[in-house]
Amino acid sequence: MNVAKTIRYGAWAAVAVLVAAVSAVTVMKFVQEDVPQAATVQIGGPFELVDGKGQVFTDKNLNGKPTLMFFGFTYCPDVCPTTLSDMQGWIENLGPKADDLNFVFVSVDPERDTPDVIADYVAAFDTRVVPLTGSVDQVKKVVKDYRVYARKVPLDDGDYTMDHTAAVYMLNGDLDFVGTISYQEPEETALPKIRKLLGS
Amino acid sequence: MKTRALLVAAALVAFTGSAALAESIQHGNLTIKDAWTRATPPKAKGGGAFVTITNNGNEDARLTGAVSNYAKRTEIHEMAVNDGVMKMRKLDEGVVIPAGETLELKPGSYHVMFMGLNQPFKMGEELNVTLEFEKAGPVDVTFPVMKMGAKSGKMHH
Ligand SMILES: [Cu+2]
Repeated sequence: MNVAKTIRYGAWAAVAVLVAAVSAVTVMKFVQEDVPQAATVQIGGPFELVDGKGQVFTDKNLNGKPTLMFFGFTYCPDVCPTTLSDMQGWIENLGPKADDLNFVFVSVDPERDTPDVIADYVAAFDTRVVPLTGSVDQVKKVVKDYRVYARKVPLDDGDYTMDHTAAVYMLNGDLDFVGTISYQEPEETALPKIRKLLGS
Repeated sequence: MKTRALLVAAALVAFTGSAALAESIQHGNLTIKDAWTRATPPKAKGGGAFVTITNNGNEDARLTGAVSNYAKRTEIHEMAVNDGVMKMRKLDEGVVIPAGETLELKPGSYHVMFMGLNQPFKMGEELNVTLEFEKAGPVDVTFPVMKMGAKSGKMHH
Protein backbone atom coordinates (compact mmCIF):
# COMPACT_ATOMS: atom_id res chain seq x y z
CA MET A 1 0.00 0.00 0.00
CA ASN A 2 1.48 3.34 -0.98
CA VAL A 3 1.86 6.29 1.35
CA ALA A 4 -0.95 8.38 -0.12
CA LYS A 5 -3.28 5.44 0.23
CA THR A 6 -2.21 4.82 3.79
CA ILE A 7 -2.84 8.46 4.64
CA ARG A 8 -6.20 8.36 2.94
CA TYR A 9 -7.23 5.22 4.78
CA GLY A 10 -5.99 6.78 8.00
CA ALA A 11 -8.08 9.85 7.31
CA TRP A 12 -11.19 7.84 6.64
CA ALA A 13 -10.57 5.76 9.70
CA ALA A 14 -10.41 8.95 11.77
CA VAL A 15 -13.66 10.15 10.23
CA ALA A 16 -15.24 6.77 10.88
CA VAL A 17 -14.16 6.89 14.52
CA LEU A 18 -15.70 10.34 14.94
CA VAL A 19 -18.91 9.36 13.21
CA ALA A 20 -19.11 6.17 15.25
CA ALA A 21 -18.37 8.08 18.44
CA VAL A 22 -20.99 10.70 17.69
CA SER A 23 -23.62 8.08 16.94
CA ALA A 24 -22.62 6.10 20.01
CA VAL A 25 -23.06 9.15 22.20
CA THR A 26 -26.39 9.95 20.56
CA VAL A 27 -27.61 6.40 21.02
CA MET A 28 -26.53 6.27 24.65
CA LYS A 29 -28.24 9.59 25.37
CA PHE A 30 -31.38 8.35 23.68
CA VAL A 31 -31.48 5.00 25.42
CA GLN A 32 -30.50 6.32 28.83
CA GLU A 33 -32.25 9.65 28.81
CA ASP A 34 -32.92 9.44 32.55
CA VAL A 35 -29.39 8.44 33.49
CA PRO A 36 -27.52 11.63 32.69
CA GLN A 37 -24.13 10.50 33.99
CA ALA A 38 -24.17 7.31 31.91
CA ALA A 39 -20.70 6.44 30.70
CA THR A 40 -20.22 7.49 27.10
CA VAL A 41 -17.44 7.43 24.56
CA GLN A 42 -14.74 9.75 25.79
CA ILE A 43 -14.65 12.90 23.68
CA GLY A 44 -13.29 16.03 25.22
CA GLY A 45 -11.75 16.47 28.63
CA PRO A 46 -9.28 18.87 30.21
CA PHE A 47 -7.10 21.00 27.98
CA GLU A 48 -4.47 23.68 28.16
CA LEU A 49 -4.28 26.28 25.43
CA VAL A 50 -3.41 29.96 24.99
CA ASP A 51 -5.94 32.78 24.56
CA GLY A 52 -5.79 35.85 22.32
CA LYS A 53 -3.70 37.72 24.87
CA GLY A 54 -1.15 34.95 24.99
CA GLN A 55 -2.32 33.85 28.46
CA VAL A 56 -2.78 30.22 29.47
CA PHE A 57 -6.41 29.16 29.08
CA THR A 58 -7.59 25.81 30.40
CA ASP A 59 -10.91 23.99 30.76
CA LYS A 60 -11.11 25.59 34.24
CA ASN A 61 -11.56 28.96 32.54
CA LEU A 62 -14.86 27.69 31.13
CA ASN A 63 -16.22 28.04 34.68
CA GLY A 64 -18.44 24.98 34.52
CA LYS A 65 -20.73 26.51 31.91
CA PRO A 66 -21.79 24.63 28.77
CA THR A 67 -19.63 25.40 25.77
CA LEU A 68 -19.95 25.70 22.00
CA MET A 69 -16.55 24.93 20.54
CA PHE A 70 -15.44 25.28 16.94
CA PHE A 71 -12.14 24.18 15.42
CA GLY A 72 -10.86 26.21 12.50
CA PHE A 73 -8.04 28.38 11.14
CA THR A 74 -7.72 31.94 9.90
CA TYR A 75 -6.65 31.08 6.33
CA CYS A 76 -10.05 29.42 5.96
CA PRO A 77 -12.08 31.14 3.22
CA ASP A 78 -15.50 29.86 4.04
CA VAL A 79 -16.48 27.47 6.82
CA CYS A 80 -14.70 29.45 9.53
CA PRO A 81 -16.04 32.93 8.74
CA THR A 82 -19.57 31.65 8.15
CA THR A 83 -19.54 29.61 11.36
CA LEU A 84 -18.27 32.59 13.35
CA SER A 85 -20.99 34.66 11.76
CA ASP A 86 -23.53 31.97 12.76
CA MET A 87 -22.19 32.01 16.32
CA GLN A 88 -22.59 35.75 16.37
CA GLY A 89 -26.22 35.28 15.28
CA TRP A 90 -26.84 32.72 18.03
CA ILE A 91 -25.36 35.05 20.64
CA GLU A 92 -27.63 37.84 19.45
CA ASN A 93 -30.64 35.55 19.46
CA LEU A 94 -29.98 34.21 22.95
CA GLY A 95 -29.69 37.71 24.39
CA PRO A 96 -28.61 37.74 28.05
CA LYS A 97 -28.81 33.91 28.11
CA ALA A 98 -25.67 33.86 25.96
CA ASP A 99 -23.73 34.77 29.10
CA ASP A 100 -24.49 31.30 30.47
CA LEU A 101 -22.54 29.71 27.63
CA ASN A 102 -18.95 29.76 26.46
CA PHE A 103 -18.28 30.32 22.77
CA VAL A 104 -14.84 29.14 21.77
CA PHE A 105 -12.87 29.13 18.51
CA VAL A 106 -9.85 26.82 18.65
CA SER A 107 -7.22 27.11 15.93
CA VAL A 108 -6.05 23.85 14.37
CA ASP A 109 -3.24 25.85 12.70
CA PRO A 110 -1.19 27.18 15.64
CA GLU A 111 1.87 27.79 13.46
CA ARG A 112 0.15 30.59 11.54
CA ASP A 113 -2.55 31.48 14.07
CA THR A 114 -0.54 33.22 16.75
CA PRO A 115 -2.54 34.71 19.66
CA ASP A 116 -2.75 38.18 18.12
CA VAL A 117 -3.78 36.82 14.71
CA ILE A 118 -6.58 34.65 16.07
CA ALA A 119 -7.65 37.36 18.53
CA ASP A 120 -8.18 39.92 15.77
CA TYR A 121 -9.85 37.39 13.51
CA VAL A 122 -12.42 36.27 16.07
CA ALA A 123 -13.03 39.73 17.52
CA ALA A 124 -14.06 40.92 14.06
CA PHE A 125 -17.17 38.73 14.47
CA ASP A 126 -17.94 38.86 18.19
CA THR A 127 -15.76 39.62 21.18
CA ARG A 128 -17.77 37.11 23.23
CA VAL A 129 -16.18 34.29 21.25
CA VAL A 130 -12.96 33.22 22.96
CA PRO A 131 -10.04 32.80 20.53
CA LEU A 132 -7.73 29.93 21.46
CA THR A 133 -4.49 28.65 20.02
CA GLY A 134 -1.37 27.21 21.59
CA SER A 135 1.84 25.37 20.93
CA VAL A 136 1.77 22.70 18.24
CA ASP A 137 1.74 20.04 20.95
CA GLN A 138 -1.01 21.70 22.99
CA VAL A 139 -3.25 21.93 19.94
CA LYS A 140 -2.37 18.39 18.87
CA LYS A 141 -3.52 17.08 22.23
CA VAL A 142 -6.87 18.87 22.11
CA VAL A 143 -7.41 17.73 18.53
CA LYS A 144 -6.78 14.15 19.63
CA ASP A 145 -8.82 14.28 22.86
CA TYR A 146 -11.75 15.94 21.15
CA ARG A 147 -11.61 13.53 18.19
CA VAL A 148 -11.25 16.45 15.82
CA TYR A 149 -10.13 15.72 12.29
CA ALA A 150 -7.35 18.15 11.36
CA ARG A 151 -4.74 17.61 8.70
CA LYS A 152 -2.24 19.86 6.96
CA VAL A 153 -2.47 19.66 3.16
CA PRO A 154 0.43 21.18 1.20
CA LEU A 155 -0.25 23.66 -1.59
CA ASP A 156 2.34 25.18 -3.92
CA ASP A 157 5.22 27.31 -2.62
CA GLY A 158 5.32 25.66 0.78
CA ASP A 159 1.88 27.00 1.65
CA TYR A 160 -0.74 24.71 3.06
CA THR A 161 -4.39 24.46 3.90
CA MET A 162 -6.08 22.52 6.69
CA ASP A 163 -8.71 19.85 6.30
CA HIS A 164 -10.70 20.03 9.48
CA THR A 165 -13.89 19.08 11.28
CA ALA A 166 -16.50 21.65 10.31
CA ALA A 167 -19.07 21.06 13.04
CA VAL A 168 -19.53 23.04 16.25
CA TYR A 169 -19.13 20.86 19.34
CA MET A 170 -21.63 21.12 22.17
CA LEU A 171 -20.15 20.37 25.60
CA ASN A 172 -22.08 20.42 28.84
CA GLY A 173 -20.79 22.08 32.01
CA ASP A 174 -18.81 18.94 32.88
CA LEU A 175 -17.10 19.09 29.48
CA ASP A 176 -18.98 16.01 28.28
CA PHE A 177 -19.56 15.97 24.56
CA VAL A 178 -23.32 16.03 23.94
CA GLY A 179 -23.50 16.54 20.18
CA THR A 180 -22.70 18.86 17.30
CA ILE A 181 -24.22 21.61 15.22
CA SER A 182 -23.29 20.92 11.64
CA TYR A 183 -21.93 23.31 9.03
CA GLN A 184 -24.71 25.45 7.53
CA GLU A 185 -27.26 24.04 9.99
CA PRO A 186 -30.21 26.45 9.97
CA GLU A 187 -30.95 28.51 13.08
CA GLU A 188 -34.33 26.77 13.38
CA THR A 189 -32.61 23.57 14.49
CA ALA A 190 -29.38 25.02 15.91
CA LEU A 191 -31.06 27.35 18.41
CA PRO A 192 -33.27 24.67 20.04
CA LYS A 193 -30.17 22.49 20.43
CA ILE A 194 -28.36 25.36 22.14
CA ARG A 195 -31.33 26.10 24.40
CA LYS A 196 -31.44 22.44 25.37
CA LEU A 197 -27.71 22.55 26.12
CA LEU A 198 -28.32 25.60 28.33
CA GLY A 199 -30.97 23.67 30.22
CA SER A 200 -28.73 20.66 30.77
CA MET B 1 -49.51 60.75 -2.08
CA LYS B 2 -49.56 58.71 -5.21
CA THR B 3 -46.43 60.43 -6.50
CA ARG B 4 -44.70 59.82 -3.23
CA ALA B 5 -45.53 56.11 -3.24
CA LEU B 6 -44.24 55.93 -6.76
CA LEU B 7 -41.04 57.67 -5.77
CA VAL B 8 -40.55 55.25 -2.89
CA ALA B 9 -41.18 52.35 -5.22
CA ALA B 10 -38.71 53.75 -7.73
CA ALA B 11 -36.13 54.26 -5.00
CA LEU B 12 -36.65 50.68 -3.81
CA VAL B 13 -36.20 49.35 -7.31
CA ALA B 14 -33.09 51.41 -7.75
CA PHE B 15 -31.77 50.23 -4.43
CA THR B 16 -32.40 46.52 -4.94
CA GLY B 17 -30.99 46.94 -8.41
CA SER B 18 -27.69 48.11 -7.05
CA ALA B 19 -27.82 45.78 -4.05
CA ALA B 20 -28.12 42.71 -6.22
CA LEU B 21 -25.14 44.06 -8.15
CA ALA B 22 -26.03 41.68 -10.91
CA GLU B 23 -23.82 43.37 -13.43
CA SER B 24 -23.96 40.71 -16.07
CA ILE B 25 -21.03 40.37 -18.46
CA GLN B 26 -21.13 38.75 -21.88
CA HIS B 27 -17.80 37.17 -22.70
CA GLY B 28 -17.93 35.13 -25.88
CA ASN B 29 -20.53 32.46 -25.22
CA LEU B 30 -20.31 32.99 -21.48
CA THR B 31 -22.56 35.04 -19.23
CA ILE B 32 -20.87 36.04 -16.00
CA LYS B 33 -22.95 37.46 -13.17
CA ASP B 34 -23.61 37.74 -9.45
CA ALA B 35 -19.95 38.17 -8.54
CA TRP B 36 -19.33 38.89 -4.86
CA THR B 37 -16.91 38.38 -2.04
CA ARG B 38 -17.00 39.07 1.67
CA ALA B 39 -15.11 41.34 4.00
CA THR B 40 -12.24 39.62 5.77
CA PRO B 41 -11.26 39.98 9.43
CA PRO B 42 -8.05 41.89 10.18
CA LYS B 43 -4.94 39.70 9.77
CA ALA B 44 -6.93 37.02 7.94
CA LYS B 45 -4.78 35.69 5.14
CA GLY B 46 -7.38 33.85 3.11
CA GLY B 47 -10.48 34.94 1.25
CA GLY B 48 -12.96 33.45 -1.18
CA ALA B 49 -14.91 35.04 -4.02
CA PHE B 50 -17.97 33.76 -5.82
CA VAL B 51 -19.58 34.16 -9.24
CA THR B 52 -22.08 32.48 -11.55
CA ILE B 53 -21.02 31.54 -15.08
CA THR B 54 -23.39 30.29 -17.77
CA ASN B 55 -22.08 28.63 -20.90
CA ASN B 56 -24.47 29.48 -23.73
CA GLY B 57 -22.29 27.78 -26.35
CA ASN B 58 -22.36 24.33 -27.90
CA GLU B 59 -18.94 23.43 -26.61
CA ASP B 60 -17.70 22.90 -23.07
CA ALA B 61 -15.85 25.85 -21.58
CA ARG B 62 -13.23 25.80 -18.88
CA LEU B 63 -12.43 28.31 -16.17
CA THR B 64 -8.69 27.82 -15.90
CA GLY B 65 -7.58 30.43 -13.43
CA ALA B 66 -7.90 33.84 -11.83
CA VAL B 67 -5.50 36.74 -11.48
CA SER B 68 -5.54 39.62 -9.01
CA ASN B 69 -3.08 41.73 -7.11
CA TYR B 70 -4.83 41.39 -3.75
CA ALA B 71 -2.94 38.34 -2.61
CA LYS B 72 0.20 36.33 -3.04
CA ARG B 73 -1.80 33.84 -5.08
CA THR B 74 -5.23 33.85 -6.67
CA GLU B 75 -6.50 30.40 -7.56
CA ILE B 76 -9.54 28.35 -8.42
CA HIS B 77 -10.44 26.08 -5.52
CA GLU B 78 -12.99 23.53 -4.62
CA MET B 79 -14.15 22.89 -1.11
CA ALA B 80 -16.55 20.38 0.28
CA VAL B 81 -17.78 19.20 3.65
CA ASN B 82 -18.01 15.42 3.73
CA ASP B 83 -18.78 13.46 6.88
CA GLY B 84 -18.37 16.67 8.81
CA VAL B 85 -14.86 17.38 7.52
CA MET B 86 -14.07 20.46 5.44
CA LYS B 87 -11.58 19.92 2.66
CA MET B 88 -10.28 22.49 0.22
CA ARG B 89 -8.19 21.82 -2.86
CA LYS B 90 -6.66 23.87 -5.65
CA LEU B 91 -8.02 22.83 -9.04
CA ASP B 92 -4.96 22.65 -11.27
CA GLU B 93 -7.08 21.83 -14.29
CA GLY B 94 -9.69 24.47 -13.50
CA VAL B 95 -13.42 23.78 -13.73
CA VAL B 96 -15.38 22.69 -16.79
CA ILE B 97 -18.63 24.47 -17.58
CA PRO B 98 -20.49 22.03 -19.84
CA ALA B 99 -22.25 23.42 -22.93
CA GLY B 100 -25.59 24.93 -21.99
CA GLU B 101 -24.95 24.68 -18.26
CA THR B 102 -24.35 27.06 -15.41
CA LEU B 103 -21.49 26.83 -12.95
CA GLU B 104 -21.98 28.48 -9.61
CA LEU B 105 -18.93 29.38 -7.57
CA LYS B 106 -20.51 29.63 -4.13
CA PRO B 107 -19.86 29.14 -0.41
CA GLY B 108 -19.26 25.49 0.42
CA SER B 109 -18.24 24.72 -3.15
CA TYR B 110 -16.07 26.14 -5.93
CA HIS B 111 -14.53 29.55 -5.26
CA VAL B 112 -11.86 31.97 -6.35
CA MET B 113 -9.34 31.68 -3.54
CA PHE B 114 -7.03 34.45 -2.38
CA MET B 115 -4.07 32.97 -0.52
CA GLY B 116 -1.92 35.37 1.45
CA LEU B 117 -4.03 38.55 1.36
CA ASN B 118 -2.06 41.79 1.14
CA GLN B 119 -4.72 43.60 3.15
CA PRO B 120 -8.24 42.88 4.37
CA PHE B 121 -11.24 43.29 2.09
CA LYS B 122 -13.57 45.94 3.46
CA MET B 123 -17.32 45.96 3.08
CA GLY B 124 -18.45 48.28 0.31
CA GLU B 125 -15.23 48.01 -1.68
CA GLU B 126 -15.02 46.33 -5.05
CA LEU B 127 -12.38 43.91 -6.21
CA ASN B 128 -11.21 43.63 -9.78
CA VAL B 129 -10.30 40.10 -10.65
CA THR B 130 -9.42 38.65 -14.05
CA LEU B 131 -11.02 35.30 -14.73
CA GLU B 132 -9.25 33.19 -17.33
CA PHE B 133 -11.04 30.83 -19.66
CA GLU B 134 -9.50 28.21 -21.90
CA LYS B 135 -11.01 29.37 -25.20
CA ALA B 136 -12.74 32.65 -24.38
CA GLY B 137 -9.61 34.09 -22.79
CA PRO B 138 -9.40 36.54 -19.90
CA VAL B 139 -12.15 38.84 -18.68
CA ASP B 140 -12.19 41.42 -15.89
CA VAL B 141 -14.92 40.97 -13.32
CA THR B 142 -15.92 43.29 -10.47
CA PHE B 143 -16.58 41.62 -7.12
CA PRO B 144 -18.43 43.81 -4.60
CA VAL B 145 -17.39 43.14 -0.99
CA MET B 146 -20.31 42.09 1.23
CA LYS B 147 -20.24 41.98 5.00
CA MET B 148 -18.04 39.60 6.92
CA GLY B 149 -19.46 36.09 7.04
CA ALA B 150 -22.12 36.92 4.41
CA LYS B 151 -23.70 33.86 2.86
CA SER B 152 -24.67 35.39 -0.46
CA GLY B 153 -24.09 38.45 -2.55
CA LYS B 154 -27.62 39.66 -1.94
CA MET B 155 -28.25 42.08 0.85
CA HIS B 156 -31.00 41.23 3.31
CA HIS B 157 -33.52 43.87 4.27
CU1 LIG C 1 -9.93 27.88 -1.12
